Amino acid sequence: MRAGSRSQAWRSRRYRWDLRWSPYAFVAPFFLFFGAFGLFPLLYTGWAALHQVELTDPDAMTWVGARNFTRLLSDEFFWNALRNTVTIGLLSTVPQLLIALGLAHLLNYRLRGSAFFRVAVLTPYATSVAAATLVFVLLFGRDYGMVNWVLGLVGIDAVDWQNGTLSSQLAVSAIVVWRWTGYNALIYLAAMQAVPPELYESAELDGASRFQQFLHVTIPSLRPTILFTCVVSTIGATQLFGEPLLFNGGGGATGGADHQFQTLGLYLYEQGWVNLHLGRASAIAWAMFLILVLVGGAVRLLRGRGEGR
Amino acid sequence: MRARTGPRTALRAAVATFGSALLLAGCASDPAESPDRGTSGAKGKTTLTVGVFGAFGLKEAGLYDEYTALNPDVVIKQTSIERNENYYPQLLTHLGAGSGLADIQAVEVNNIAEITATQADKLVDLGTTAGVDRSAFLPWKWAQGAAKDGRAVGLGTDIGPQGICYRKDLFAAAGLPTDRAAVGALWAGDWNRYLETGRRYQAKAGKGKPFVDSASGVMAAVTGSSAERFYDENGKVAYKTNPAVRQAFDLAASFATGGLSAKLQQFTPAWDQGFANGGFATVSCPAWMLGYIQDKAGPAGRGKWDVAQAPRPSNWGGSFLVVPKAGKHPQEAAKLAAWLTAPAQQAKLFEKRGSFPSAQAAYGLPAVSGAKHAYFGGAPIGEIFAKAAQGVPVQTVGPKDLVIAQNLADIGMLQVDQKGRTAEQGWQAAVKAIDNALDQ
Repeated sequence: MRAGSRSQAWRSRRYRWDLRWSPYAFVAPFFLFFGAFGLFPLLYTGWAALHQVELTDPDAMTWVGARNFTRLLSDEFFWNALRNTVTIGLLSTVPQLLIALGLAHLLNYRLRGSAFFRVAVLTPYATSVAAATLVFVLLFGRDYGMVNWVLGLVGIDAVDWQNGTLSSQLAVSAIVVWRWTGYNALIYLAAMQAVPPELYESAELDGASRFQQFLHVTIPSLRPTILFTCVVSTIGATQLFGEPLLFNGGGGATGGADHQFQTLGLYLYEQGWVNLHLGRASAIAWAMFLILVLVGGAVRLLRGRGEGR
Repeated sequence: MRARTGPRTALRAAVATFGSALLLAGCASDPAESPDRGTSGAKGKTTLTVGVFGAFGLKEAGLYDEYTALNPDVVIKQTSIERNENYYPQLLTHLGAGSGLADIQAVEVNNIAEITATQADKLVDLGTTAGVDRSAFLPWKWAQGAAKDGRAVGLGTDIGPQGICYRKDLFAAAGLPTDRAAVGALWAGDWNRYLETGRRYQAKAGKGKPFVDSASGVMAAVTGSSAERFYDENGKVAYKTNPAVRQAFDLAASFATGGLSAKLQQFTPAWDQGFANGGFATVSCPAWMLGYIQDKAGPAGRGKWDVAQAPRPSNWGGSFLVVPKAGKHPQEAAKLAAWLTAPAQQAKLFEKRGSFPSAQAAYGLPAVSGAKHAYFGGAPIGEIFAKAAQGVPVQTVGPKDLVIAQNLADIGMLQVDQKGRTAEQGWQAAVKAIDNALDQ
């Protein structure tokens, strides 16, 4: 009996350990990965940002304090890139989310073959940036591009898409919109399907049209989801890199002859991997991070106020 | 009941943690260090790895196969990264870390000065390797691959002597000669005569039939023909004060402002379409560009293109092979690098891939001296480019040549060519961008 109770005690102790520690064991892999590939690079980048360090000899670091950051304040290329990032971000995020909402609303109807359409809106997202952008470069070509050809049909002169400031930013935004609209639409669709049908029924009884239902039932119910997509799209827009890089054909990370579509991501890449100034590139990376933190704080403030009402 | 499931879940958790630890370990070890590469493999064979960018041609020309046939105890494996702008920073980080390196690494000519200036102590001196004959190489190419102390850390592979590729049909329509000797005589000796010919052509051909593809192409050709370029003899940045650079910039800008340029950016899809559609009459073409033109202009362009001597001998592009000391088999690698860059092999590379030899000893070999390009009207390209190669001045190259050249072309000249700015505005914009890029 004594032996039995001892083994029982052992078992129950193991049970308690299991209860207490195995959840940590389950989440450990993520944190190990995060520590190795997320946190460490982040901290190391911050450390490098305080040094003058070149890719030709990454071990030779000279302490320069906040110089890499202060010089950003007077760096016209940085401000230009920041401005471009904001305008391209707005040009791509706003239409993208509006179209996604509309698309999700349409997909939410009873449709024949709805699964097909749901998969279809997601295909641009599954396409690689490189492949998509190369096609868009051809579409927006100055001399033999299809967009200019169509414009020519309706009597509009050919646009030199890549060289204009607004035109190049529109073209880059078009790629982003094309790629991400379906992704957001599916998120909206999932949220829409969670809206209780009674709300629609009572709205219909009150004589609300489809559009009124969309405005007064769907949108308010979707508010948290919309906020989520806004935050995610903002992060994506701040880090925009592949599209403007590849849109520049042979020019690499300059973002056009006038830097007219050089985003922060591109400028960071140019400083780090073309000009080989790792310290300066790290400072830009951290500046981007701080900008996102600021935006996140602003969103939190706004949301707090919204919920307080 | 529940107590019994306890240990099992604990075990599962342990397996999960252990598994992820394994995964982490797997990620941490560089693939280049995995046992099947680099180390001596089965049957006592030595595996040599070669890291290159793009379609470098050594493998494609069958040189690896030939070497392993001659040396049955050697196996050669090649890794390639498509674009040099991705390849080169990775090479630098690997050199810095002393790991992940291939036994032989390729280096582009625009990066070689930075490599010899900053990485020479990590590279094997190939000048003392058996089979390396300094006199076989062009003196300027040898000088580019040498470190400050004179050690030959880079062995030259190909170079990019330039000619002018031109469309015979468009020349004929504009009343210009079409025979390559006569065409070369139009501008022989002076880039300004190339501009004058362009004006003559444009007067007849009219608008919408531009003379050159791009102003930056002209600039690359002109700067490639002057001995002093972006750096002075003391290794100081001098592009701003060197009159030759400004003259080249202004001359190239005249093509843009005079309406002689098709306003294209090189190596973009639009440029490719320009070849296919006959969008311009001439282009400064290094030897390696002929295959590109043939590819893009397609069968429709056959017999229409020809190549003439450029106004002045000029070089654009080329590569080197270096052997990192941290590689697994530096001695065997040096032997292989010496063999790959020997005149006979360079001639084969030219025959199969069109990469022009940097070993002048190869110019006398029939594969080079007798080479004709069928697509370009049977032009004697071996003769044309060998003549250009031997006339190229010994250029002072500096560590940031690539950055300076890129910004001059993609910012400065592109603004003039595509955005209609003046030469002065383009120059100022380029200077600003370059100063920002060079400032640490």
